[in-house]
Amino acid sequence: MNRHVSKVVMLGILLFCSRVRAELVVEITKGQADAIPIAIVPFSPPDAAPGSFDVAQLVGEDLARSGRFRTTDRKDMIEQPHAGAAISFDDWRRLNNDYIVVGQVQPAGVDRYNITFELYNVLNHQRLLGYQISANKPGLRLASHQVADMVFEKILGIRGAFATRIAYISVLGVLPHKSFRLIVADADGENPHVVMESNEPLMSPAWSPDGQSLAYVSFESRLPSVYVQLLKTGERRRVSAQAGVNQAPAWSPDGKKLALTLSTRDGNLDIYVLDLATQALTRITDDPGIDTEPQWSKDGQNLYFTSDRAGGPQIYRVGTQVGDKPRRLTFQGSYNARPRLSPDESQLAFVTQEDGGYRIATMDLRGRGDTQVLTKGHFDVSPSYAPNGAEIIYASRDKGRGVLALVSADGRVQERLVSSEGELQEPAWAPF
Amino acid sequence: MKRIVSIALLMAGAALLSGCPKKHNVNEPPAAGTQVPGTSSSDSASTSTRALDDAANQANGMANATGVLARRVIYFDFDKSEIKPEFADLVAAHARNLTSHPGMKMKLEGNTDERGTREYNIGLGERRAQAVRRALLLQGVAESQLSTVSFGAERPAVEGDDEAAWAKNRRVELVYGP
Repeated sequence: MNRHVSKVVMLGILLFCSRVRAELVVEITKGQADAIPIAIVPFSPPDAAPGSFDVAQLVGEDLARSGRFRTTDRKDMIEQPHAGAAISFDDWRRLNNDYIVVGQVQPAGVDRYNITFELYNVLNHQRLLGYQISANKPGLRLASHQVADMVFEKILGIRGAFATRIAYISVLGVLPHKSFRLIVADADGENPHVVMESNEPLMSPAWSPDGQSLAYVSFESRLPSVYVQLLKTGERRRVSAQAGVNQAPAWSPDGKKLALTLSTRDGNLDIYVLDLATQALTRITDDPGIDTEPQWSKDGQNLYFTSDRAGGPQIYRVGTQVGDKPRRLTFQGSYNARPRLSPDESQLAFVTQEDGGYRIATMDLRGRGDTQVLTKGHFDVSPSYAPNGAEIIYASRDKGRGVLALVSADGRVQERLVSSEGELQEPAWAPF
Repeated sequence: MKRIVSIALLMAGAALLSGCPKKHNVNEPPAAGTQVPGTSSSDSASTSTRALDDAANQANGMANATGVLARRVIYFDFDKSEIKPEFADLVAAHARNLTSHPGMKMKLEGNTDERGTREYNIGLGERRAQAVRRALLLQGVAESQLSTVSFGAERPAVEGDDEAAWAKNRRVELVYGP
């Protein structure tokens, strides 16, 4: 009986909270030469946090991972001040630091910790930031990302996106017994949780604008259906299971509609808009070619999408008013697909074919439409912008395995997220 | 044993308190030969298609089919959905089989190789499945006997990132079933 009870309880853990052991490790593959030197001094006292949680370590990793900062090695720190008054600025300047972060972690009651930190400009001794963040034990990681966000924004003038999340698909096993997992993790790959698991393919996770839900395609009934799942409760709803294709969900900016790819009986794929409250469907495109991979403009007035109406796949834009004529946007090369708009809508990221490989490219939407190929892989697909627009996460291949990778929107910094298991694909960066 | 149970309870409590997002799981053990496409509506429906196909084909007396009817995969050139001449006899044989058994049904599963974007590949896989469907319709098969699905690049037949593997993955599988 006891044995039976323990099994049931253990199963409960697996179902309610299956943390994935396979965490992601970040490797910076191409750094920025003019990265800003910054010292993140270990916070005091180091053993105050439970499990000796090292806030400064995480802040430093975040900033270094952005490629825009170079953090000073702890071995090179001749002293470790924990407050502004104790900083000998000349010493830190001699170590070539432009900025310094000092701080403390103090217990503040039962399962409560106060993180106090300050950011100084080493050159003019100016105090740029001074904050206290309160967190419980599980919140210390998030609080550390928030510290990194504040430092990043203060120095660069760009909102930090370290305290955000990503979703992706992980494929495990070998043919013909594969399993597919939809995973949500912190932006640095830590803290991964399985939110959906199936023996049939899962595809195209898309975050709702409020970051509370994911839309995705599941083949669990051996036919494609689109689901919307609320992350907090796990409650999910099948929102599209039309005959034929049900693919490529994209949320409208107000979160009330999904753009989808559906097919007619003769297999013609077109883009539709589904009203989630009324289930009303509006057909947006009507062309014998493949129209798919829609993405909304921020004002909800336009959809960017892939179409091979002119032969090969190219990117088009169409108004969401019925009857609007699609306008072609890409003309260079024979394969341009899966457009994603940068948060400020100044740039379009997409997949382009170059030298036989599939790579991530961007197109300038404000100027003359200049395009830039950002990556050098052969299987680089599924680009997704960070909510601050500074980086693009995408799916790549490393030694034959599916990995996630990051590239800064200007192409100067590149990183790889390496998982200890599974083929990773289709990353989607959550909103702020 | 008691100790193990209490530790497990503590862990379960911690897991619940930490507010992890709930997940869904459709990895129920396959009920061999009982799942049928189109009739499985619950979350528990999930077996591998291969097992299903065998079961479905057996149900239709197709498991021991010999000769050209035993061939049920049509391969395509890169980025193409035209049926190559070498598959004409295969298509004709299955068309004859379907027209002489009007109660028989076939699902056409379109697939692509891994290259390109995932959702556009769903479109290419559907286009291939439709090419086979049209060929069968032209040879007298009834519309009601045929259905299509596209898995794009999501269900490769073989692993590998070279042309040998890709050529085996650009395919339409002809699946007899109810």
